[in-house]
Amino acid sequence: MPDLGKYTDTVLSAYGVSLLLLLGLLVLTLRRGAKIRARLREVEHRIERNG
Amino acid sequence: MSIWEYANPKKFLTTSERLLPPLWGLSAVLMLGGLIWGFFFTPDDYRQGATVKIIYLHVPAALMAINAWFMMLVASLIWVIRRHHVSALAARAAAPVGIVMTLIALVTGAIWGQPMWGTWWAWDPRLTSFLVLFLFYLGYIALWEAIDNPDTAADLTAILCLVGSVFAVLSRYAVNFWNQGLHQGASLSLDKEENVADVFAYPLYACMAGFAVFFVALVFYRTGTEIRARRMAALIARERMAADA
Repeated sequence: MPDLGKYTDTVLSAYGVSLLLLLGLLVLTLRRGAKIRARLREVEHRIERNG
Repeated sequence: MSIWEYANPKKFLTTSERLLPPLWGLSAVLMLGGLIWGFFFTPDDYRQGATVKIIYLHVPAALMAINAWFMMLVASLIWVIRRHHVSALAARAAAPVGIVMTLIALVTGAIWGQPMWGTWWAWDPRLTSFLVLFLFYLGYIALWEAIDNPDTAADLTAILCLVGSVFAVLSRYAVNFWNQGLHQGASLSLDKEENVADVFAYPLYACMAGFAVFFVALVFYRTGTEIRARRMAALIARERMAADA
């Protein structure tokens, strides 16, 4: 860990908030993608089954 | 082989599925590499001290906030002119990524500004135009959600995107238009005198490239999700119509 001196809180809070936002965006994107994929597969199977 | 082939949803999905693994990998390498390099292995600035390390998040995020809007503008114009659904969905998919980038730029700017300028916020041209850009992103996302008919939503959001582009341009060039305000000029310049020192510039380039590739990967993935959601809605509607008949 580098010595950030009197700016430790400033730098760490900027990194913390940014990484949290980036990670949140990634997780929400992947979760929604997986959910829609699964639901589409379900609908396609149902239509195939029912003709 | 033409770029318009990718207007075919199936072609877009197969191509993006093939491209996504290397894009995720490259963005992780560039972003983590650039951030670790910048955070751990660069010195403090003689004026700004350790706060200079915020540059590796603030500048790439601000750059992508503006570029995301321009990408949305191009995709919206393609929709308006050629009526390719994939381009409208790509614009829709990019908006949440753009708003997060804008938020990161605003928040890191405020955190950085407090010790350097003595204030979290000032009604400076660049800061204000970024705040307006953030509000345009909010309005754009809300408009897509508010309208049921996807073609009408694509038309109206395309117009909003066109209007918002004025603020995207202002966000980028505000520091050149007005010589007032707290925000300094561009950090990166072709003029060696104005550019940041190489020791800060190289990790910054890595972070900028990483953010750009991350944006492309997210937009490809999210556009794929939007295409599948649209197909699912169409199948369900067809199923209902068949049941009613």
